[in-house]
Amino acid sequence: MTTRVAPGSDDALTSQVPGTGASSQVGAIADEEELAERRLRARTIAGRVLVGLLFIGCWELFSSARLIDPFYWSKPSSIVTTGWNVLWNGTLLTDIAFTSSATILGFILGILVGAAIGLSFWWSRLYAWVAEPYLVMLNALPKLGLAPILVVLLGIGFGSKVALAFALTVIVTTLSAYGGVRSVDRDLEGLLYSLGASRWQVFTKVVVPWSMPWIVNSFRINIALALAGAIVGEFIASRQGVGRMILYAGQVLDHNLVWVGVVVLGILAMVMYAAVAAIEKRLLKGFDTGTA
Amino acid sequence: MQDKLEVVQVSKVFTKSGSQVTALENISLEIPKGRFVTIIGPSGCGKSTLFNVIAGLVKPSSGCILEDGKDITGQKGHVGYMLQKDLLLPWRTTLKNITLGLEIRGYNAKQAAERALPLIRSYGLGGFEHRYPRELSGGMRQRAALLRTLLYDRDLLLLDEPFGALDAQTRLTMQGWLLQIWSDFHKTVLFVTHDIDESIYLSDVVYVLSGRPGRVKAVVTVDIERPRSQLAMTSSQFMKLKHELLTLLAEGEPQADAADGGVPVQGGVHA
Repeated sequence: MTTRVAPGSDDALTSQVPGTGASSQVGAIADEEELAERRLRARTIAGRVLVGLLFIGCWELFSSARLIDPFYWSKPSSIVTTGWNVLWNGTLLTDIAFTSSATILGFILGILVGAAIGLSFWWSRLYAWVAEPYLVMLNALPKLGLAPILVVLLGIGFGSKVALAFALTVIVTTLSAYGGVRSVDRDLEGLLYSLGASRWQVFTKVVVPWSMPWIVNSFRINIALALAGAIVGEFIASRQGVGRMILYAGQVLDHNLVWVGVVVLGILAMVMYAAVAAIEKRLLKGFDTGTA
Repeated sequence: MQDKLEVVQVSKVFTKSGSQVTALENISLEIPKGRFVTIIGPSGCGKSTLFNVIAGLVKPSSGCILEDGKDITGQKGHVGYMLQKDLLLPWRTTLKNITLGLEIRGYNAKQAAERALPLIRSYGLGGFEHRYPRELSGGMRQRAALLRTLLYDRDLLLLDEPFGALDAQTRLTMQGWLLQIWSDFHKTVLFVTHDIDESIYLSDVVYVLSGRPGRVKAVVTVDIERPRSQLAMTSSQFMKLKHELLTLLAEGEPQADAADGGVPVQGGVHA
């Protein structure tokens, strides 16, 4: 009895119920529907793989046939060989570690600080309203413009990359958390006060969990922003990182290596996105993600 | 006999963008201990404001609230409170929602669960302790909300249209369920509703409020014997009361916005 129905699985559950009466016509129809559903899912996966293979195949073919200039556009086979080479004989692994750790650290700091600032606006409307226009301004401001100063300030090492990733993400989460705070049901606050709760209890028991989906919603945008921040930091000045590798390769006209960097960043972004999506799911356990 | 709750000459004036709106005007209620008292009135008669004043969430412009003769005006935590919206926290299970009031008072999870579980089982939520609100039906959510109010251990319960959002069938079940709880726990209840049948079926006394500004138009005593069955709703006594209340509510209704003059209190009714 204690098992919970996971969000999203309700449909699957209800469609199985008629199926329990195996001989009934309803059951047969439900089975058929499920079969069609499964077939659709299998075709989706096949379709995705096909599109990917087609894209890579065409790229390879057009480049080999010189329909597109391989000097600029490279081709998948060259990218793989170059990639394999730098992976074992070069610094690709440490570059990946450098870039991804700067991204992740900046991302986490941005979320923690942003959430703390956003949630703090619940405590005073005066404070929130005074801060609001500045937040909007900071949000609109292209923070990458700060990069040269940050690099001078924090040096060309790890710190300036983290700082840029942080600068890009913190306002997004602040605004998200503030949006959550503003949407808290006043009746719910009233109910807790009527139960004798202190402001701190209302904050911890209602405001923070209520704003959780809003904060978590900023995760997906932020992971991409944090990566962009770290890369730009490396572009400005760095001794390590995938961004530095791309910049260097571009300067020596090693376009194959540039493409390796782009592909690696793509994979990195996807892995981190998937990780964030998984974390999101964990954090929103118990929330009705459909409406929350 | 000492009244459990007294609302003495309470008025509330809101100032909205420069103009003043009178939500409540000299409202006085007397609610004896252990009674079920209902307030009915047109929308905008300030019922919710009155509840907020009694619960201490809103300060009245004048007048006071007495509990057992003691002034509790503007103080929170003296009454159990429940609204039409169940206000269950979506990230908490039924059990965790019901024990919220206990938790705020400093009970640990185990003590709170020990007190809540028997109630949950005997009042129709058995097996749903660890479910989340979105997995419950509307009626069950209201049960959970009421049990939460009940576990808060106040003698006085304020129920603001708790069944307003339920379908007719569920509402009937819930009314019976509420009467059961009321008689099991000897609580004093102040109930707000739009539904005349509901007000008669449940109450000992019905206060009829007028719309805008809210003031007491009439007080009707319901002398149908308890325990009441749903069939009581078809008795001639019930119909007579219903007729009386309908007449009271219909009065002044069309020109409610134009003329705000006091409506005379009806004969056969003590004001």
